Amino acid sequence: MASILRWAILALALARPALADDVSTFQLPNGLDVVVIEDHRAPVVVQMVWYRAGAADERRGVSGVAHFLEHLMFKGTDTLAPGELSRTVEANGGSDNAFTSWDYTAYYQRVAADRLELVMRMEADRMRNLLLSEDDWRTEREVIIEERNMRTDSDPSAIFGEQRRAAQYLNHPYGTPVIGWRHEMEALTRQDALEWYQRYYAPNNAILIVAGDVMPEAVLALAEKYYGPLAPTPGITARKRPSEPPQLAERRLAFSDPRVSQPVVMRTYLVPERDPDAQEKAAALTMLAALLGGNSQTSVLGRKLMFETKQAIQAGAFYDGTSYDDTTFGIYVVPAEGVTLATAEHALDDALAGFLADGVDDAQFKRIKAQIHADLIYSRDDTRGLANEYGQALTTGLTVADVQDWPRVLDAVSAEDVMSAARELLDRRRSVTGWLMRAGQEETMQ
Amino acid sequence: MIRAIFAGIAALLLAGPALAEVSIQQVTSQRGLHAWLVEEHALPFVALEIRFRGGTSLDRPGKRGETRLMAALIEEGAGDLDARAFAETREELAADFSFDAWDDALSVSARFLTENRDASVALLKSALTHPRFDQDAIDRVRAQVVSIIQSEEKDPNAIAGRTFDERAFGDHPYATSRNGTVESVSALTRDDMFDAQDRVMARDRVYVSAVGDITAADLSKLLDDLLGELPEIGGLIPPRAEFTLTPGVTVVDYASPQSVVIFGQEGIKRDDPDFFAAYVLNQIIGGQGFASRLMEEVREKRGLTYGIGTYLAPMDLAETWQGSFASANEKVAEAVAVVRAEWARIAAEGASDAEIAAAKTYLTGSYPLRFDGNGPIATILVGMQLDGLPVDYLVNRNSYVEAVTAEDIRRVAARLMDGGKLRFVVVGQPKGLEPDD
Repeated sequence: MASILRWAILALALARPALADDVSTFQLPNGLDVVVIEDHRAPVVVQMVWYRAGAADERRGVSGVAHFLEHLMFKGTDTLAPGELSRTVEANGGSDNAFTSWDYTAYYQRVAADRLELVMRMEADRMRNLLLSEDDWRTEREVIIEERNMRTDSDPSAIFGEQRRAAQYLNHPYGTPVIGWRHEMEALTRQDALEWYQRYYAPNNAILIVAGDVMPEAVLALAEKYYGPLAPTPGITARKRPSEPPQLAERRLAFSDPRVSQPVVMRTYLVPERDPDAQEKAAALTMLAALLGGNSQTSVLGRKLMFETKQAIQAGAFYDGTSYDDTTFGIYVVPAEGVTLATAEHALDDALAGFLADGVDDAQFKRIKAQIHADLIYSRDDTRGLANEYGQALTTGLTVADVQDWPRVLDAVSAEDVMSAARELLDRRRSVTGWLMRAGQEETMQ
Repeated sequence: MIRAIFAGIAALLLAGPALAEVSIQQVTSQRGLHAWLVEEHALPFVALEIRFRGGTSLDRPGKRGETRLMAALIEEGAGDLDARAFAETREELAADFSFDAWDDALSVSARFLTENRDASVALLKSALTHPRFDQDAIDRVRAQVVSIIQSEEKDPNAIAGRTFDERAFGDHPYATSRNGTVESVSALTRDDMFDAQDRVMARDRVYVSAVGDITAADLSKLLDDLLGELPEIGGLIPPRAEFTLTPGVTVVDYASPQSVVIFGQEGIKRDDPDFFAAYVLNQIIGGQGFASRLMEEVREKRGLTYGIGTYLAPMDLAETWQGSFASANEKVAEAVAVVRAEWARIAAEGASDAEIAAAKTYLTGSYPLRFDGNGPIATILVGMQLDGLPVDYLVNRNSYVEAVTAEDIRRVAARLMDGGKLRFVVVGQPKGLEPDD
């Protein structure tokens, strides 16, 4: 019963890279990076193209354009009619889709291994040759507004998350939702989308990942044939976004909605992400999240708040260091019936203070490390998951070597590293605390 | 070994008759327990899937939610170990266990490393045969379940699903939430947990599959170790549900900018000779991917929704054919009208040869892609057993899809769709949509 609540689905990212000898890398002369992950157990292949461009690279006022263009990428080229790419993939028994985050936009197809050439030809085509008709872009704008209705505006916890992020980032664009603010989405144009496409969609700003029953040399030959002729875009440089000023004052927000059933206290702190060849701090924070809130029965917050004081029905911590710029470390409490949010937050602070005083439980620390070792084996059963790991890492500034080094860096974290990270981190003056409340049962926030 | 399954399927697609070289081994233990096994020694772990038929349909009157609460408590302490000690032992072994229960089955999913296999199996066995159901664990997990029930009462998707089920399944357990109500769950006792466990987790209804680093001999021994002490006979599974859904529109008022819609009609049994024709028909009207008629008409042409899909749900005791989407309150009436028109059109006209060919190519081509890891394969194999399918179904399945003709599609559309009448359950504040109940 560790993760039955909606609040608990915030994943804890431990270790899951493939063994180095399963992974090959190349770079084409036009700058396209190629990563091949071999898994010959089943004749299936996934092709993914990841662009180093996401919502945090949008200019102010056109929020949502990265995601809008992602939708429009299915609308055809000189040689592909609107929807033809997906229809062709499906006609071959495959599946395809795409997703957008703050740091990247990615497209993928999953097909039988002998159909790789077919999907590579189509994916390469739309990297440079997208066509947008007048009808298509207007209808698609309606679709993304319905997507926002569904994902955000129909879900008070999603609205709460959007508001908390906006409070967390005063200056950095991570404070703007990927889907976009509604009023800006409604004003997005074909020209906005095309400007975005022309600026960022180029082989020298992309990573091709092919994972499954393939040989690296064969993938390279196909990549040279289809992606090789594409011209790079001059002047694409490393991304530089506005950064956060030092946080000097605690930020607090309270949100109530008639659709809320279960109140919650959620707090985030701005923290460093994994940096190339400097992942130690992020590794310590990853271990800290596992210790504080990885498993209800064994973690510090679960033990204290669910088992001892029984003030919470769920409590946990989350951190994912795979991010281009500074990210957040979060903790949360779902109070038991009859426990106020004020009491729950107080109990949370007490539990954190207790952890700072008592330090790391060696047995728990050892168990978490045992699971990191096991994940190295389990993760190899999920090639798609591995392809995602590499894609996220390589679009957030990390290298293949960093990905493969990550389990070792995690294993090298000492209890003292964790406590030092915790002492530095757990300062309310540098936090954002949100209360989610039932309408009609609001509490006054201190 | 995964490759061998494909070899069988590929041979079929190219050569016609089944030349199966499928490596499913059927294992029977000394004590008569059965399992399907695919040996795959490339990675040093095993994925194990166990199902007990009956699931939450075995809840007794007035005790709705007992099976789900029991399933959630299985790993909250067993034998000498309380909840914390059990979790710590599992973490030391780096084994994963998960337990769930739905309408037709209780599921146990496990994976464990070869180096820790015996200890992991012993720990899982203690959970399956000697759960403690400590009162403090019951109270703690019950509070979580109550919170979930309360959240579902305000969740538009859950409200739509529950409203649809209430209208479809009369007084059968299928008609109500498997989580139970706040009242029913609050009244459950520790004795109810032991009682529910004995009725649900018995050997006369257990199905097992294993994929990974284990031999048939070792699996046979594992079966007896793990399951040999379970009760031989469980509780009586209830009779079939009477299907009570009528066509029309139901509106549940809910303040939100978007309406959530579930629509549907009666479905078809998994072992009906027309099942595969219905399966192809569903793919054409609203199946997976972007190419279905509903996706084209409702999303691509008109921008009325982010996504729409339909599926056949052949459960053990009733069958539905249903779909869902969400649209802004101002647009949902138009979306409902489009779905209704498309449903009636395909009911009357069937589908074109090109559409049927495309659907068949997708369904046959995508089937082998499902078998891409120990975990997914174990889940498929145990599901086949629950559906009463033979081992060679893996090789023959695509031929059943291939055999569907345009005439089959027309006949099944006429037989199942009754001219295209659907019930729409709309949760929101739809404009211009008149409810009839």
